[in-house]
Amino acid sequence: MSNENMTIHLKVWRQKGPETKGFFEDHTMDDVNPHMSFLEMLDLLNEQLMEQRKEPIEFDHDCREGICGSCNLVINGMAHGPELRTAACQLHMRKFSDGDTITIEPWRARAFPMIKDLVVDRSAFDRIMAAGGYVSVKTGNAPDANAIPIPKHEADLAMDYATCIGCGACVASCPNSSASLFTGAKISQLAHLPQGAPERKKRAVAMVNQMEKEGFGDCSNFQECEAACPVGISITAIAEMRKEYMKAVLS
Amino acid sequence: MEVPKNYKPFKWDSHIPPGPLKEKWSSHKNNIKLVNPNNKRKHNVIVVGTGLAGASAAASLAELGYNVKAFCIQDSARRAHSIAAQGGINAAKNYQNDGDSVWRLFYDTIKGGDYRAREANVYRLAEVSNNIIDQCVAQGVPFAREYGGTLANRSFGGAQLSRTFYARGQTGQQLLLGAYSSLSQAIQSGKVQMYAREEMMDLVVIDGKAKGIITRNLVNGKIKRHAADAVLLCTGGYGNVYYLSTNAKNSNVTAAWRCHKRGALFANPNFTQIHPTCIPVSGEYQSKLTLMSESLRNDGRVWVPKAKGDKRHPNEIPEEERDYYLERIYPSFGNLVPRDVASRNAKNVCDEGRGVGESGLAVYLDFRDAIKRDGQSTIAEKYGNLFEMYEKITGENPYEVPMRIFPAVHYTMGGLWVDYNLMSNVPGLFVLGEANFSDHGANRLGASALMQGLADGYFVIPYTLGNYIAGDNPEKVDESHEAFDKAEKEVVDEVNKLLNVKGEKTILAYHRELGKIMWDKVGMARDEAGLKEAISQISALRKEYWENVFVPGESATYNKYLEYAFRVADFLELGELMARDALERRESCGGHFREESQTPEGEAKRDDENYAKVFAWEYTGPEKPQELHVEDLVFENVKLTQRSYK
Repeated sequence: MSNENMTIHLKVWRQKGPETKGFFEDHTMDDVNPHMSFLEMLDLLNEQLMEQRKEPIEFDHDCREGICGSCNLVINGMAHGPELRTAACQLHMRKFSDGDTITIEPWRARAFPMIKDLVVDRSAFDRIMAAGGYVSVKTGNAPDANAIPIPKHEADLAMDYATCIGCGACVASCPNSSASLFTGAKISQLAHLPQGAPERKKRAVAMVNQMEKEGFGDCSNFQECEAACPVGISITAIAEMRKEYMKAVLS
Repeated sequence: MEVPKNYKPFKWDSHIPPGPLKEKWSSHKNNIKLVNPNNKRKHNVIVVGTGLAGASAAASLAELGYNVKAFCIQDSARRAHSIAAQGGINAAKNYQNDGDSVWRLFYDTIKGGDYRAREANVYRLAEVSNNIIDQCVAQGVPFAREYGGTLANRSFGGAQLSRTFYARGQTGQQLLLGAYSSLSQAIQSGKVQMYAREEMMDLVVIDGKAKGIITRNLVNGKIKRHAADAVLLCTGGYGNVYYLSTNAKNSNVTAAWRCHKRGALFANPNFTQIHPTCIPVSGEYQSKLTLMSESLRNDGRVWVPKAKGDKRHPNEIPEEERDYYLERIYPSFGNLVPRDVASRNAKNVCDEGRGVGESGLAVYLDFRDAIKRDGQSTIAEKYGNLFEMYEKITGENPYEVPMRIFPAVHYTMGGLWVDYNLMSNVPGLFVLGEANFSDHGANRLGASALMQGLADGYFVIPYTLGNYIAGDNPEKVDESHEAFDKAEKEVVDEVNKLLNVKGEKTILAYHRELGKIMWDKVGMARDEAGLKEAISQISALRKEYWENVFVPGESATYNKYLEYAFRVADFLELGELMARDALERRESCGGHFREESQTPEGEAKRDDENYAKVFAWEYTGPEKPQELHVEDLVFENVKLTQRSYK
């Protein structure tokens, strides 16, 4: 692996706000260290822009460890970029080559309205969760944690679904802008746990209905979401969601 | 060292309930005042921050019937930085039959904190720890389980028991999503009004009581007023004062600092946890540091070459030429010594010239023996996501090559002063979780932060808030009160002032400079000369900041650098206070290591006679030094001994 600085050409989406027209802006950086993270490269670009008294590029980010789900960049047409199972914040410049041209765009979906540049509004996800992504348990009246044994494989499966970071890459990568992987992951997590059982039917119907109400598209099995998901949520989540929904509406 | 001055009696009351330690919390709960369920709905409560403490508090208070307004700076409550906690959460369940008890968890925690926390607070924390696990399981948190279906545990530093519950290396995520799910339900029911991307800019104090906040919307820049009967600050820690830390980029001290400027005491600000196992710094461009969970020390062995400057590939260094220094120096705790001890020893071996990697500022954390013993798949099951994360960042495969790790700023034990009820000295202002100073003394044990955040939010504040509201029967205030006018105007003026400096240097350049001063002089080892230099350097840097910083854009749009400019401005004030606090505490304890105060073996040497105290600083005005107040710590149940992990 080379330690030499690279030259990188960028085409970055700029848009002042939801009402104005966006465009690609070109930048060339000739001092990109291959060990930088992708977002550190953008930090550096912003520093250079501000030194020239230009407006920096807005993008969401926070933990930079791939867990908070804030970062949301479409890099070279792929949600979170070319590295599998990696959020944009954990992508490093060593995955690119000297002289590469990289395009950076925001998540594009009707249910994720534009705010500015690469920042969009993902509050639709919170409303899907509020529709039913919980177990109604009041603080203080829980039984002993070991009172209900849960088979390890069921607990592990629930955990696989629970790792969703809510970033929205599934929506951004889907030709239909469907939020099925996100919604399905929560429904599936709670469907595999006895604690989720009492509200199982109500939850599936409420969350699916809210997802539709927010303007996300339907799933037609493109499977792009699974490929883009930075934590590897399986599309079995969507199959489970459909099963849960059908069972709920038919019973 | 010089004998400390005689401190005046502490003006405030910590409200520790009378009676034996084991009965304090239950008798307090029996004695505190209650608010009639019908009256709760007449009271508005503001919760700032939606991490473990904030989300659990907001949800629990809403269930009780209060009207809650919750605020977070992220685009969703689920993204608060608690989400990044990896390793686990402690509880005294004794599911492993290894002799655990509330007493042992209490004792380990107060000892781990090097006897600089209140006995009563820590005991309560241990006492409610078991309820937290029950609560989380009931919410559907998928903790790791054994084949028989019961919950699994692992060990963490500073304890000789397995009492840590975990969900792979993503325990914080799962606990936070549990709390967020309860919060979401409360939002749906209408009892919580959620304000995302809304930052608290000031506390409004009327007749000495906290009565509301001023916020700035981070999308459109609008300044808003919010009145309430109580304000709960759950805004986390301030490790980002060091620029490089394991904190999320947006973690900051602003809300807490603004409360400090409105009268809230800031306690033990210098108490910072430098976590021993982080991925080392790779270059100047670095924006943050990434933690590798302490749980890795269950199976990873820490070592450096015996010889100085040994540049061989680690796999080529034979066993007899390796120094497993933690196992050598601390045979009974070995690699599981508390964080402060592990960090200091890493620094020592690097100072001796035995550090590894290009910079020489790293030690190895080696899984070779564990993989040989348990097989790669067992290790992958326990730590797979951490190994993946390590490889993404460094490009090296830790199954084949030992990890390189180095200490990094991780957590701040200091914070706003609170009494036993978690109320600051400003009535009506409560402080929960990492934002307060109360439970971890001078060093926090691993897996105790999640415990404290949820203890405060689920099991303490629902009781103690009622006590304040019932006892105080707060008068309603209107958002048109002149105190709101004044606070709002100050925020608007500050926005304009920052935007109008139009200087030459970027905000990040100042932050990086501040971070370097803090790390070099208020970091892992501190001495009088360095601390004095830090104070004058930070003060000069702050002055320069307000004359020469460049803040881009305008106020009425999404402008992340404007947010950042406020936060760095506050860090530039806080940093100086941290240095002053470290200077005044002329002893070593926990994470605070004064070069002048060490045992012959180089361990932290406490001075209990003079410093078994909380240092609480009172703001006295712009560019004036804070006034120091000192609360005595009374130990009636544990014997203060030199901490030994040998």
